[in-house]
Amino acid sequence: MSIQTWTFLLVSASFALYIGIAFLSRAASTRDFYVAGGGVSPLANGMATAADWMSAASFISMAGLISSLGYDGSVYLMGWTGGYVLLALLLAPYLRKFGKYTVPDFIGDRYYSQTARIVAVVCAIFVSFTYVAGQMRGVGIVFSRFLEVKVDHGVMIGMGIVFIYAVMGGMKGITYTQVAQYCVLIFAYLVPAIFLAIQMSGNPVPQLGFGGSGADGVYLLDKLDGLHAELGFAPYIDGTKPMIDVLSITTALMVGTAGLPHVIVRFYTVPRVRDARMSVGFALVFIALLYTTAPAIAVFARTNLLDTVTDRPYAEMPDWFDRWEQTGLLTFDDRNGDGLIQYVGPAAEVQNELTIDPDIIVLANPEIARLPNWVVGLVAAGGLAAALSTAAGLLLVISSAISHDLLKRAIMPQITPRGELLAARFSAALGVGVAGYIGIHPPDFVAPVVAFAFGLAASTFFPAILLGIFWKRTTREGAVSGMVLGLLFTSAYIVYFKFVNPAANSSQNWLWGISPEGIGTIGMILNLAVTIIVSRLTPPPPREIQELVESIRVPGREPAR
Amino acid sequence: MDPSDSKKAYWRANLRLLLALLSIWAFVSYGLGILFVEELNRVRIPGTGFRLGFWFAQQGSIYVFCLLVIVYARRMNAIERRFGLSEDGDDGP
Repeated sequence: MSIQTWTFLLVSASFALYIGIAFLSRAASTRDFYVAGGGVSPLANGMATAADWMSAASFISMAGLISSLGYDGSVYLMGWTGGYVLLALLLAPYLRKFGKYTVPDFIGDRYYSQTARIVAVVCAIFVSFTYVAGQMRGVGIVFSRFLEVKVDHGVMIGMGIVFIYAVMGGMKGITYTQVAQYCVLIFAYLVPAIFLAIQMSGNPVPQLGFGGSGADGVYLLDKLDGLHAELGFAPYIDGTKPMIDVLSITTALMVGTAGLPHVIVRFYTVPRVRDARMSVGFALVFIALLYTTAPAIAVFARTNLLDTVTDRPYAEMPDWFDRWEQTGLLTFDDRNGDGLIQYVGPAAEVQNELTIDPDIIVLANPEIARLPNWVVGLVAAGGLAAALSTAAGLLLVISSAISHDLLKRAIMPQITPRGELLAARFSAALGVGVAGYIGIHPPDFVAPVVAFAFGLAASTFFPAILLGIFWKRTTREGAVSGMVLGLLFTSAYIVYFKFVNPAANSSQNWLWGISPEGIGTIGMILNLAVTIIVSRLTPPPPREIQELVESIRVPGREPAR
Repeated sequence: MDPSDSKKAYWRANLRLLLALLSIWAFVSYGLGILFVEELNRVRIPGTGFRLGFWFAQQGSIYVFCLLVIVYARRMNAIERRFGLSEDGDDGP
C-alpha cells in the first residue's frame, strides 16, 4: 500500500478510537468536567500527563532541533524533564491536598485576593493560547504533507475532533483520550527509532545505539564530529551558546514546565496526595522514554542526512526531497551552478546551498532511512496524537479559567452548578474556535512567543505557588507585586528583542548575555525577591490563611479548609 | 507524640529529604551537564562513543531525574507511615 493509504488508515483508526472513548466518558458534573471526578489512577494520570505535556514541539520539532544544535539542544532535554523534579517535590502534592480545580483557585484563595486571582487568570489564558496556536499549526502541517489536504482543512478536522471530546467530556474525556494518545504517540516515536538504531548501529535500543559504531567500526558520534569539522559546522558534542545562557534557558524551561497550568491541573485529578507524588513519577518515566530517544534520533538523522545530500547531484535526490521542497520547508539554491548539493556550515569556504527546517527531520526521517510505508503513516498518526492531546489540555485550562475562575469565583458567585457546567462547555467551544482561527491564520509571531509561555509561567506562577506553600508569611501584597513585576519584566524583555527591535537580538545587547528564551530565570528571581521584601513590610496573612497553609502541608482526609 | 508535634516533625523530615534530593538534581543537571561538561568530555564511557559530559547532558541527567522523583514518592510514603499520617486504606473522597 502507498504511504498515503497507510496514513489515511492509521489516522482514521486513531481518530475513531478517540471519539469512541469520548462517548464512554462524558462529564456529568462540574467536578467531572474540571478534574475528571478526582478518581483517576496514578498510572492513568501519568500517561495522560505525558501526552498532555508532549506537544507537537516535543514530537515533531525537538529531535530536529537537537540534530541542528548538537550539545546546545541539551537545554530542551534537561529543561523539559528537570521541571518534573520541581513539580513532584515542590508543587504537586500540596496542590492536590488543597484540592480545588484550577491554578487561579489556589492563587486567589491562598492570597485572599480577587486581584491575585484575576492576574492568575490573565496569565493562564495568555500562556495557554500562545501554546495552543502552535498545536493547531502542527496538526495542519501533518495533514497537508501526508494526506494532501489543505493546511486549513487539516486544522478544521483537528478542531472537530478536539471539540467532540473536550466539550462533551471535559477533563474526564480528555484524560482517557490522552491515555490512548500517549500509547499511539510513544509507539509511533519508538518504532522508527528502533528501525534506525538497528540500521545504523546494529543495536535495537536507540539510547545505546547512538553511542555505538556503524558498519565501518567508527563510533557514530566521532564520525558525526568528523563530518561537521569537514563541512564547517560547529562540533556536534560541544556547544556554541555561552554557558550563562545555557544555564538560564535550562532554568527557565525547568521552572516554566513546573509552572504551566495545564500540567499542574492534571494532579488535581488523582484521589490522594500520595497518588499525586506517584503519578509525577509515572509521568516522568513515560516522558523520559521519548526524551532519551530524541537525541538518538537526532544523531542518526544528522548522519543520514549528511551522507545522503553532501556533494550529491541534485537531479539524483530521492522522492522525499522533492516532496518536502514543495512544502517550502526545504530549499535548494544551486549558487555555483555545478548541479551538486553543497550543504556546509558557516566556517566552510564554499557557500551553503541547502536550507532545512528542523521541523521536518522527524517527519522525513522514515523516508530518508527508507523505512516501510506503514512506519511513515504511523509517524503522522503519532504527530497528530501529540498535538491534539496537548491542545485539549490547554483548552480545558482556558475554559475553566473563564467559567470557574472568572464567572463562578469572581463575577457571578450565584451561578448554579448546571449553569457553570454549561458555561464551561461553552467556553471550551469558544476556545476551540479561537485556537483553530489562529491555526488557520497564524500571526507571524507564533514561533517566537513560545518562549513567552515558559518565561511567564516561570516568572509568575512558580514563585507565587512555591512561596505560598513553603513560606507562611507570604502576603497578598507581596505575591501580587511579585507576579506583576515578573510579568512586566519578562514580557518587556521578550517583546523588545522579538518584536520591537529584532535586529538587536544578539548576545552583545542582552542583559548579562541572557537570551529572551532564558530571561524567565531573571524574572523568577526578581519575583521571589520582591515578594519576600514586600511581604516583610506588610501585615502577615490572616489566621485562617496560615491554617490553610498548615493543612496543605500535611496529607490526609480532612478538607483543606 | 501529640498530633501537632508529629505534623511539625513530619514537615521537617520532608524538608530534609527535599533539600537532599534537590541538591542531587542541581548537581547532575547544572554541574555535570553544564558547568563541568568540558572537563567530563575528556573522559569517554568505556566501550561507547559517548563523552561523559555530553552523555550526562542528553541522557544521564534524565535518568537521574526519574530516580529522584520515584525515590521521593517512596520515601515520603514511609515517612508518612512513621508519623501516623499515611493515607493507606483511604480511597480518597
